[in-house]
Amino acid sequence: MENFTPVSALIGGVLIGLSATLLLLFNGRIAGVSGILSGIFVQPAGDRLWRLMFVVGMIMSGALYQFFGPGGFENSTEVSLLVLVIGAFLVGFGTRMGGGCTSGHGVCGIGFISLRSIVATCVFMAAGFVTVYVMRHVFGG
Amino acid sequence: MKHNILALISGLLFGLGLCVSEMASPTKVFNFLDISGNWDPSLMLVMGGAVGVTMLAFRLVLKRQTPIFSADFKLPGSSSVDNRLLLGASLFGVGWGLIGYCPGPVITALGFGLTYPLFAMIAMIAGFMVHRLIFERNP
Repeated sequence: MENFTPVSALIGGVLIGLSATLLLLFNGRIAGVSGILSGIFVQPAGDRLWRLMFVVGMIMSGALYQFFGPGGFENSTEVSLLVLVIGAFLVGFGTRMGGGCTSGHGVCGIGFISLRSIVATCVFMAAGFVTVYVMRHVFGG
Repeated sequence: MKHNILALISGLLFGLGLCVSEMASPTKVFNFLDISGNWDPSLMLVMGGAVGVTMLAFRLVLKRQTPIFSADFKLPGSSSVDNRLLLGASLFGVGWGLIGYCPGPVITALGFGLTYPLFAMIAMIAGFMVHRLIFERNP
């Protein structure tokens, strides 16, 4: 477990929780990233700009951290471009079908103690465990 | 206007959380999902930290009649566990295990100036669109 980084993980988690709390307290919205992003394309015009602003904020954080902060993020060497595209497509399709992702179901839904979200989180985590096991240990990464 | 600036701040905080905790790194996520390997439980603590805040804070927030900047709370209506939820969460989990990115990290990683997040973003949005074409077609 030499890769375990408990302090930065906890700090990052609290920041994410605070972000979701602000969005609910001020705007009355759930900080579910897949829903916020997909809504930019399908919601009525008046319900789009805040979504875009949220997404822009997320990208800005990434840019500021990478270029002015500690940074160090790179492309994953163990994923081929084909697998990346297939996997990302499944992430998009699956989060819409399941009505949420790690943030909407995981962070917010469990915060509401929603059975639906607790089940979804257990299911996508289990599917993730199995998939990584197969990719790393059956196919050998 | 105010609610758009709030959304920007919320997005900044969310992205910062993903960077600080390294959840925007697929390797970090793979090392969590790989239980039989050199396991890294960090993601568990990220979720724990976030849920610790939301569980406490959401309860207090919902004591209010309305949010501060808007007329009402828009909360998910459905609370049932159905086949769509199970299948959708499974497909998402497989995709997540293949690429090490869930939607939040894909977006934040766009700011890193790398090629993979850009391709992932395009393919993920294609996934949204195809789902919409098949299941969300309004008459």
